[in-house]
Order: sequence, then C-alpha cells, then structure tokens
Amino acid sequence: MSALLTATGLVKRFRGLTAVDNVSFSVEEGEVFAIIGPNGAGKTTLFNLVAGVFAPDEGEVTFAGARIDGQAPEDICKAGVARTFQIVKPFPDLSVLDNVAIGAMLRTTHMADARAHADDILRKLDLHDRRSQKAGSLTLPDRKRLEVARALATRPRLILLDEVMAGLRPTETDRMVAVLRDINRTDRLTIVMIEHVMRAVMALATRVHVLHHGASIAEGAPDAVTRDENVVRSYLGSKAGAH
Amino acid sequence: MTTRGWVALSLAAAALVAAPFVVDRYLLSILLLCLIGAYLGQAWNILMGFCGLLSLGHALYLGLGAYTGAILFVKFGVGPWLGVFAAMAVAVAAASALGWLGFRFRIEGVYFSLLTIAFAEVARIGFDNWSFAGGAAGFFLPVASEAQAQWFNLRGGPYFFYYLALALAAGALALSAFLRASKLGHAWLAVREDPAAARALGVNATRVRFFALFISSAMTAVGGVYLAFWSNNLFPAQIFDMSRSIDLILAPIVGGVGTLFGPIVGAFLLVPLGEALIDILRALGLNAPGAKALVYGALLMIIIAATPNGLWPWIARKLKLEGRGA
Repeated sequence: MSALLTATGLVKRFRGLTAVDNVSFSVEEGEVFAIIGPNGAGKTTLFNLVAGVFAPDEGEVTFAGARIDGQAPEDICKAGVARTFQIVKPFPDLSVLDNVAIGAMLRTTHMADARAHADDILRKLDLHDRRSQKAGSLTLPDRKRLEVARALATRPRLILLDEVMAGLRPTETDRMVAVLRDINRTDRLTIVMIEHVMRAVMALATRVHVLHHGASIAEGAPDAVTRDENVVRSYLGSKAGAH
Repeated sequence: MTTRGWVALSLAAAALVAAPFVVDRYLLSILLLCLIGAYLGQAWNILMGFCGLLSLGHALYLGLGAYTGAILFVKFGVGPWLGVFAAMAVAVAAASALGWLGFRFRIEGVYFSLLTIAFAEVARIGFDNWSFAGGAAGFFLPVASEAQAQWFNLRGGPYFFYYLALALAAGALALSAFLRASKLGHAWLAVREDPAAARALGVNATRVRFFALFISSAMTAVGGVYLAFWSNNLFPAQIFDMSRSIDLILAPIVGGVGTLFGPIVGAFLLVPLGEALIDILRALGLNAPGAKALVYGALLMIIIAATPNGLWPWIARKLKLEGRGA
C-alpha cells in the first residue's frame, strides 16, 4: 500500500536560518504519526509546509498520490488535509457553533446541513453546551478543543494537530486522547501530531519522528525512539533534567 | 430575531410606508435621506462589517454609478432602468482593479484603506478634467416638472423618489440578511475574524473578498444612479469627495458595524441630527462657519464612546429585539 502523506527532502530557510533541513517521512493511511522535538526544532514550520502556509524551498509533499506542496492552504484543505494551529485561531466574535459550521460548510451545500454536522462534532468534543457562546469567551482548553472540532468538521482524510494537548490538565489530556483514538479507529482518520506531552504520544502514536535543529534525528516505534541515545540527549534527557 | 423584534420591524416598516400621507415635504425629504443613508450604509457594511475590508473610498462607486447612469441617459438616451446595470458593471470593473491590486500584492489592513482613497481621488481628478462629462463645472440632467413624471425614466415627484428609496433600503436589508445567513456570508465572517484560520478551513479568502467588493460596489453604484436622477446635478468635487466616503460610513459605524440594523439605526439618527443642528444653531444665532461640524463631531464622539460596538447592539439588548447569537 502506498503512503497517504509523503514528504521528501523538505527544506525551508528563513533568511540565514534553515528551519527545516532535508526532512523526509511518510505516513500510512490510518496511522497516528507523532512529530516530537525541542522548541525551535522546526516542527510547526514543517506543518506549515504540508498545510500550504509556505512553499518549501526544496523537496516535495504528496498527499493521496498528488503533489500538494506550494498549493494554497484552502486547496490543501479541500484535498482532505485539515490542521489546527498551535497558537489557537478561533473566530472570536462568532459563536462556537458558527466556528465549527464554517469548517463543515466546505462539504455541504446548505448552512443547515453544516450546522447539523457541526452539532455532532461539538457533542463528540464536549463543547455542545457552549455552542452559542462566543468563541472569544472560551477558556484555553476549550479553545484547543474548538481547534480540533473545526478541523474535523471539514471531513478530512488526514488531520495535522499542532500541540493540542498543551495547557490541558492530565484528565483533559486523557479525554482528548480518548477522542482522538476514537476518531482514528472508527472514522479511519489519519493523524499527524506535533506533541510535547509524551504521555499522549505514547498512548496514541504508531510511529514517532524526532526533529532537532530542523533535521530528523530518529524515527520509529514510540518505545524504540524514547530509548534512542540521540533523542534522550537532545530532547527527552534535557527535558527530564529541567525538572 | 425575537417576536418583539419582528413586531418592531413591522411597525417601523408600516410607519415608513404611511409617512408620505402624514408628514410634510420637508420631513419627507429628510426621511428620504435617511433611507438612502441606510441603503448606502448596508452596501458598505457588507464589505467592512461582514468581510472586514475597510473602504474609505466608497464615493468612487457612488460617483461612477451616478455619472454612468446620467451620461447614458443624457448623451445616449439610455433610460436609468437599463443604465443602472451599466453603472453596476462600471463600478464592479473599478472594484476589480482595486481588488486585484490589493489582493494580488497583499495590501492589507489600513494600506488597503489607503488604496481605496487613492482610487476615489483619481476618479475625482479624472472627472474634474473630463470635458465630455462636464468637467469640474458639473453634469446636469434635464429637470422635469412633476406633471411630466415618467417613472420609466426616473422622473417623478418626491413621493416617487421616497418610495423608491424605501424599496432600495428594504431590498438592501433583505439582501444583507440573506447573505449574512448564507455560506458566502459565513465565509466572509471567517475571513474577517481570521484570514489564516479561514483558509485552513478551505475558505478561498481572495475569492470571497472579491465577491464582497463586487456586491458592495454594485449596490453603491445603484445608489449613485438614484442620487443622480434625484438631484439632477453632479459635481466631481461633491460626489467623489473624501467627505462623501466618510459621510457614507458614519451611519453604519454609529449604528453598529457588521450588524443588519446598524446602518438603518445610524442613518435615522445622524441625518435628522445634522438637520436639527442646522436649525438649532440658527435659532441660537450661531452662524459661525464650522459650528455645525464641531457640534456634530462632539456628539459623534459621545455616541461612539458610550456604545463602542454601535447603537444597534445596545438597543437590541435593551428592548430584547434579537435572540442569542443574532
């Protein structure tokens, strides 16, 4: 079976800085693929290359067999790749329901259908009782959930999750893990996640890819990667030392 | 909208329909200006209130519409009911050029607003020097007596123009409400709130911005045709002037940007206020030039400071006219 998402030799430079340095990976349909690494490792830039915010300077991205690098974000979303933003971007002055309905209307003809679909998703993400609240008045954990809800509403084949666990309490993290596992299994949704919360990574990921200074330093099953000497030294170890 | 809201809207509509039978001509002309102000405010509000693009040069479309309708009628014998389509086309063409420049080169925020001013100013200077259209001396339509009223050439008395203004204002409200509830309307709101997030959800920001620009400019051009046939004279220094653009946007700002009823509430407050100030200041013997502008400006500041989101949201809340999320 060919991979759903493939990145080959991606390079992105900002002036002198090489934020993403020759990164390649491929994600199979139905996988939960985690990208980890210290702050500034280039994880979000990598997402932005896949999601169409920037075109890569070198390399290519293919999704479901078609080149998508350099395409506009809206076209990549239409192709079936949804994303969340690490720094959440709700539509603050609109209701929670409208926020999600705007995602849902990509695949519906009528707003009423989009609202109905949005309603289902809000239920799944425990946001239904806040549906008529303005998104700007939500707490941070709820905003994180809203990011996921909005992206899911576009009915993607693959979702890019940028640190959706950050700022959540452990119980909330477990809840989010359960939700993601459910949509991965029942809806066969492929997930690519940037995540610092290792507890969530270990619980969800089928494979882990480690970035450091923009370059790939390891890839493999979660257990193997977390024991990898390079990874411990550059990321996990330094983090453990900080405690 | 709540039941109270519908009742209030029906009462207001009935009052406006009945007004010509009750009020004198002077009051009727003020109501007419209110309605046109509400109409033009709706047009601008679609662009700014819904889509988040601040145009400070809507006089451009007003003037282009007015001149297109007037020139076609006087020089080519094309009636306004047909000419209005040409007027919309010309305005949309100008809006396309502006949008292409703005969106192609990512001229965002206040820089986009400056671009809109530049376009209006270029048009003003151009029409000032275009002798075919009368240049700075102005362009005039033949004045018809009320007895010669020909509705098909937009020649008629005050009642005719009043009901036409009412139809325009009502039509603009209905169109705004329809668009606001549509997919396009939601795409506009998304782009207004956060363009990057909107695009990530599959909204083609450039395309929906163009649609907003087209609809807003075409509506404004229709208003321009109306003004040309109502006032019978056009001067580039008036119709294309910056102050015209500002005048046009004050009503929706005071009434509530992005709301459906804000432009109406704003116009029905500001137009009579301006008229009343003239009378009051005259009665007080204050005929100093600029006195009206000074008082008007001070009152505007008070209103905006008291209700920073506009009057309509405040009124709607106080009188329970709108349901949640409206």
